[in-house]
Amino acid sequence: MNWVVLLAPLISAVLITLVLHPMKKLSVLVSILACAVSFLASLCLFYNNGAMHLSSIDWLDLPGLKVQIGGMADHLACLMLLVVSGVGLCIHIFAYGYMKEDPGLSRFFAKLSLFMFSMLGIVLANNLVMMFIFWELVGLSSYLLIGFWFQRPSAAEAAKKAFIVNRLGDFGFLLGILGVWLAWGTVDFKELSQQVASGHLPALLANNPFAVTLIGIGLFMGCVGKSAQFPLHVWLPDAMEGPTPVSALIHAATMVAAGVYMLCRVFFILELSHQVLQVIASLGALTAIFAALIATQQNDIKRILAYSTLSQLGYMVMAVGLGATQAAMFHLSTHAFFKALLFLGAGSVIHSLHHEQDIWKMGGLWKKMPVTAWTFLIGTLALTGCPLLSGFFSKDAILLAAFQHNKLVFSVGIITAGLTAYYMFRLFAVAFLGKPRSHAVDHAHESPLVMTAPLTILAALSVFGALFGQEEYLGLEHANHGGGWIVMGLSVCMFVLGISGGLLLYLKSREEPIHISLFANKFYSDELYEAIFVNGQQLLARLLDWVDRWIVGGFLVRGSAVLSTITGEVLRLLQGGNLSAYVMVFIVGVVFLCYWVLVYLKPLF
Amino acid sequence: MEAFTQITLNHYLALSGILFMIGMIGVMMRRNIIVIYMSLELMLNAANLALVSFSRFSAVPKLDGHIMVFLIITVAAAEVAVGLALIVALYRLKQTTNTGDLTSLKF
Repeated sequence: MNWVVLLAPLISAVLITLVLHPMKKLSVLVSILACAVSFLASLCLFYNNGAMHLSSIDWLDLPGLKVQIGGMADHLACLMLLVVSGVGLCIHIFAYGYMKEDPGLSRFFAKLSLFMFSMLGIVLANNLVMMFIFWELVGLSSYLLIGFWFQRPSAAEAAKKAFIVNRLGDFGFLLGILGVWLAWGTVDFKELSQQVASGHLPALLANNPFAVTLIGIGLFMGCVGKSAQFPLHVWLPDAMEGPTPVSALIHAATMVAAGVYMLCRVFFILELSHQVLQVIASLGALTAIFAALIATQQNDIKRILAYSTLSQLGYMVMAVGLGATQAAMFHLSTHAFFKALLFLGAGSVIHSLHHEQDIWKMGGLWKKMPVTAWTFLIGTLALTGCPLLSGFFSKDAILLAAFQHNKLVFSVGIITAGLTAYYMFRLFAVAFLGKPRSHAVDHAHESPLVMTAPLTILAALSVFGALFGQEEYLGLEHANHGGGWIVMGLSVCMFVLGISGGLLLYLKSREEPIHISLFANKFYSDELYEAIFVNGQQLLARLLDWVDRWIVGGFLVRGSAVLSTITGEVLRLLQGGNLSAYVMVFIVGVVFLCYWVLVYLKPLF
Repeated sequence: MEAFTQITLNHYLALSGILFMIGMIGVMMRRNIIVIYMSLELMLNAANLALVSFSRFSAVPKLDGHIMVFLIITVAAAEVAVGLALIVALYRLKQTTNTGDLTSLKF
């Protein structure tokens, strides 16, 4: 019964793909309804506080390995379910308005449902293998949705890039899972946590102190791929080629947060190794500031938001690395609200400007699209950590943890907070304030209710999101001790500094006043990867091609053929067709054979 | 003089060897395919002679060699039937029995 939360989107995806495909309106309705059912079921689970029982079946039962398909509806999962299905519902509704004219509307919603199914599967999974299965499924649906407009080469390329880069991380994740299974002999979260809590390490880990670090790094690699952390971050900005609701749902609110969710799930394993936590914290902090710096010089509205997502994911990962999983999950939830809101706001703008994404061709949208502008402002304020909005509390929780554990990480975090305020207000000032910068703006108009309603709901959640259940539910003891006021004061300072910087520089300017090519070109990471990995791979491929062509094909295969041909040609000269000559050769052969047998083999008799 | 009156195994083997060599040289040197064939038969009979002699002169006289010889004679008879038929067919085809003209057995 309680599996409804997972099965509703699956049924919808199957139904739309197989039956309802030609009926667009009905497909949309079914998809949205399925999402609503999931949302209601999640609410049910949430208010039963994880007490509801989820039946499970044995999927794989081998000696030494038992894998279930089963649910685990604890606090963490319930919160995540609610965020995913709630934000998902808003985005489903918005997507109808956004995609109304698209000929592939049914296909789009079928894939959205497939994504919802996979994502909820990750959240519910009660063991690592099941999580990995759904992990791959979200990767697939992400690929399908980024490449939704597959007629555009850039979208097809971006989809491939996302999939391949994710595979790298998933490979590490799989190795991590194998390591966990090798060490503890089980992949079930409950059994694992019991074994870890019991305090004595299994033989494998006790004998190899480094093994637990390797396992932790492996599991973290899954997060690095899915949550687009520093070395594998390159796919996320390109993923913006997908339709904007997809960017909001998958590449801002839910899927990319799955990495952080997974880290929180397996935190008791990561915790065993101090080094792993350090790696996680430093990589998170690095990603946070790295992406924030890039975001300050981007011109595409969706790309700015994408880099901001990267930066915020860095925050969450950093929080996990500092041991503050509650803070990470808290920020994950609030971020899901306001980043989904920002993306949908951007989608609303893009929709009304007929797919214009360059912020320097916007401007003055404040008057044209008041609801979008207001909600976008709320989202921006929440993201930048305006006091009393949701983002303020969640970001503060992370910064506080950083302040208490690691001052270096804290300083990176606080600088990133300032940068966030700066680039978000740069975006807001350029796109919404000032005078129109192109004629497209003249024809802009407010989006229909089907798009503004989700914006309003998400805006409300962005404001009040922090209120529901931060302290009692997440077990987050707030502020007031251990430097709480210092952190809060500093973050407000950075917020004010960032905003004033952004507004002062960009409110009046008609074009980009600052040019930092390093940031504008994303630290040349795409070019660097192109030079190292793409060219390296090409070089290797060419080398192997040469080996195959000349050594294997040329020397070994053709060589042996040529050798036998030449031998044949030479031997052919001996074969004149003359019977006497044959007899002569035959008799000489027999004589030699006799001689050899009598002389050399005689001692053997 | 004793050695000349008494015929031993060695005498038979020498005769057998001489017959075999004559046959072999015939097979090698002659050009007429029928003569080659006859020489082949001579070689077979040389072998037969050796077998029978060994059988007769063994310490405990046995019939093994005789049986072998009968087998060879039988096989040789069959071989002659096939071989002569082949030669006749070859002659019909090529109008010659000279091996110098029969050189198509090559690649």
